[in-house]
Amino acid sequence: MDAVLALENVRKAFSTGFIPQKKEILKGISLSVGAGEIFGYLGPNGAGKTTTLLCVLGLIFPDAGTITMFGRPHLDPAAKERVGFLPENPYFYDYLTAREFLDFYAKLFKVAPAERRDRISRLLKLVDMERAADLPLRKFSRGMLQRVGLAQALVNEPALVILDEPLGGLDPIGRKEIRDIIIRLRAEGQTVFLSSHILQDIEMICDRVAIIVGGRILSQGRLADLISEKVLFTEVEVSGLGPDELSGHGECLSTQAGRALLKVFEERGVEDVLDLVRRRHGKIHSLIPRTQTLEDLFVDMVKQQ
Amino acid sequence: MTVNVIALNTFKEAVRDRVLYLLLFFAAVSIIFSRVLALLTVGDRVKIIKDVGLASISLFGVLMAILIGTGLVYKEIEKRTIFTLISKPIRRHEFLLGKFFGLVVTLAVMVAAMSLIFLAIVFFHTWTVEARLFLAVVYIFLELVLVTAVAILFSSFSTPILSSLFALAFYLIGHFSWSLETLIKKARGTGKTALQILHLVLPDLENFNLKTEVVHGLPLSTANLLYAAAYGLVYTAFVLVLAVLIFRRRDFI
Repeated sequence: MDAVLALENVRKAFSTGFIPQKKEILKGISLSVGAGEIFGYLGPNGAGKTTTLLCVLGLIFPDAGTITMFGRPHLDPAAKERVGFLPENPYFYDYLTAREFLDFYAKLFKVAPAERRDRISRLLKLVDMERAADLPLRKFSRGMLQRVGLAQALVNEPALVILDEPLGGLDPIGRKEIRDIIIRLRAEGQTVFLSSHILQDIEMICDRVAIIVGGRILSQGRLADLISEKVLFTEVEVSGLGPDELSGHGECLSTQAGRALLKVFEERGVEDVLDLVRRRHGKIHSLIPRTQTLEDLFVDMVKQQ
Repeated sequence: MTVNVIALNTFKEAVRDRVLYLLLFFAAVSIIFSRVLALLTVGDRVKIIKDVGLASISLFGVLMAILIGTGLVYKEIEKRTIFTLISKPIRRHEFLLGKFFGLVVTLAVMVAAMSLIFLAIVFFHTWTVEARLFLAVVYIFLELVLVTAVAILFSSFSTPILSSLFALAFYLIGHFSWSLETLIKKARGTGKTALQILHLVLPDLENFNLKTEVVHGLPLSTANLLYAAAYGLVYTAFVLVLAVLIFRRRDFI
C-alpha cells in the first residue's frame, strides 16, 4: 500500500511564558496513512493530536522530522491541492452565507464557475444543509457549522481528507450522518485521516489507528491486531433466583426489580449459571460476552504512562 | 488570482464592519462642520473649508486604516479561520497581500465617499471644480496605503491594541520627523551624523501633505509630486516585504 501521508520522527516544542520555557509537545511522531483507508488518530486531550495535524497542514513548522504527502514535501502546493481539512470547533466568516462560503473556498482551488455551482449544490445535499444554504453562518448552530465545515473540506474533491474531531459537538443523529459520509468517502476511494477522543466512533469506522499519549505514539496498527478477540468475561442478566443462590457463580454487579446482573469469568461458569437458571425455572434476560475494546486498550495505555 | 479572491473577501468583511460606518459618519460631520468654522473666521471662508475638509479626510482615513487594518490578520488567527485558508494551496504571502489589497480597496471607497461630501461643499461655495483638490485627495490616499501596510505589518505578529498604538505612533512620527531637519542644521559632529541617519530611517509622511499648497494656491512642483509618489510606493513595498518575512515563519496556534 502506498503511503498517502507519512510522518517521520516529527518533533515540535513551544516556548511559553514571560521567561520562555520550552515545552515539547511532539516527541518524535512517525506514522503512515495508506491510500483508501480510514486512519484514526486518538489520544487524550492535550496529547498532541491537533499539533500533529497543524504540522501536516503547514500551519506550524516542526522543529525536526519530515512530512510527505503523496510522495511530495507537505508544503508543496501540488500536494495541498489534493487535501481537504476540517479543523476542530470550526469558526468561519460568519458574515457569509453557506453558499457564498463554499464558493469562496472553491475559488481558492480555481474551480471553474459552472463546475463550482454544481459541486456546491451537491455538497450541500451531501451534508444535508440545502435548507440553510442562503442563511449567514452566524445564525448556524454548532452542528450545522460542523456540516458546512465538512462540505468545505470536500470542496476540492480531495484524495486525502483530514478531520480534527469531526464528531465533536454533534447529537447522536448528526454523528451517525457524519460517520456515514466518512464511510462513503472511503467507498469512493478517498483516504480519511481523523483525530478523535470518542472511541466508539473510531472503533466503528477506522481501518487502522494510532494512539498518541504525551506526544508519543504508543501503538499503531490494524484495530483487529491491537485488540484481542479473547472473551474477558460474560455479563449475564437473570431473574427468578435469590441473591444467595447466585453467589459463588460470579460477581453480582447489580440487582434491580428482581433482576440480577452477574459478571462471570470462565466459560464453565457461564454453563453452570445457565444450568442453575433452567433447574430453578428462572429467566435469562441477556448474555453478553465482553471482549477487549479499544477503550480498555486506551485506558490501559494512558494509565501506564 | 488567489490574491484577488482573498482581497474580495476582505473587502466584504471590512464593509460589513460597523466601526467603518461610525468613522464615516464622524468624518461627514467633521467635513460639514468646516462650514460652521468658516462662519467664525475672518478672511477667506473657502480656505477654512478646504483646510478642515482635507484634514478630516486624512485623519478619519488613517483611523479607518489602523482600526480595521490591525484587526484583520489578527482576527483570522484568533478565530482560527486561517486554519482552513493556509491548509489550502495558498502561499502565505498571497494571504497577506490579499488582506492588504482588500483593505486598500475598502479605503478607496471610503475616501471617495468622504471626498464626495467635501467636494460638494466646496463646490457650493465656489461654483468651480478644482483639479488640485483631487490631487490632494490622491496623495492622502497614498499615505493611507502606506499606513495600511504598516498596520498589517504590526498585526502579523502583535495584538490589535498594541498594533494600533504602533501604527498610530508611526503616523505621528511620520508627520513630525521633518522637524529633525532644523535640529540637524544646529548639530555638529557625530551627533549630526546620528540625526541624519535617524532622519533617513524615520518615515516622512509630510511628503504626502499638499494642503498648504492647494489651500493657498501655491505652485506645486512636478518633481516633488513624483518624488512623493515614488517614496510612498517604495516605502509601502518595503513594509509589505517585511510583513511577509515575519508572517512566513510564524506558527499559528
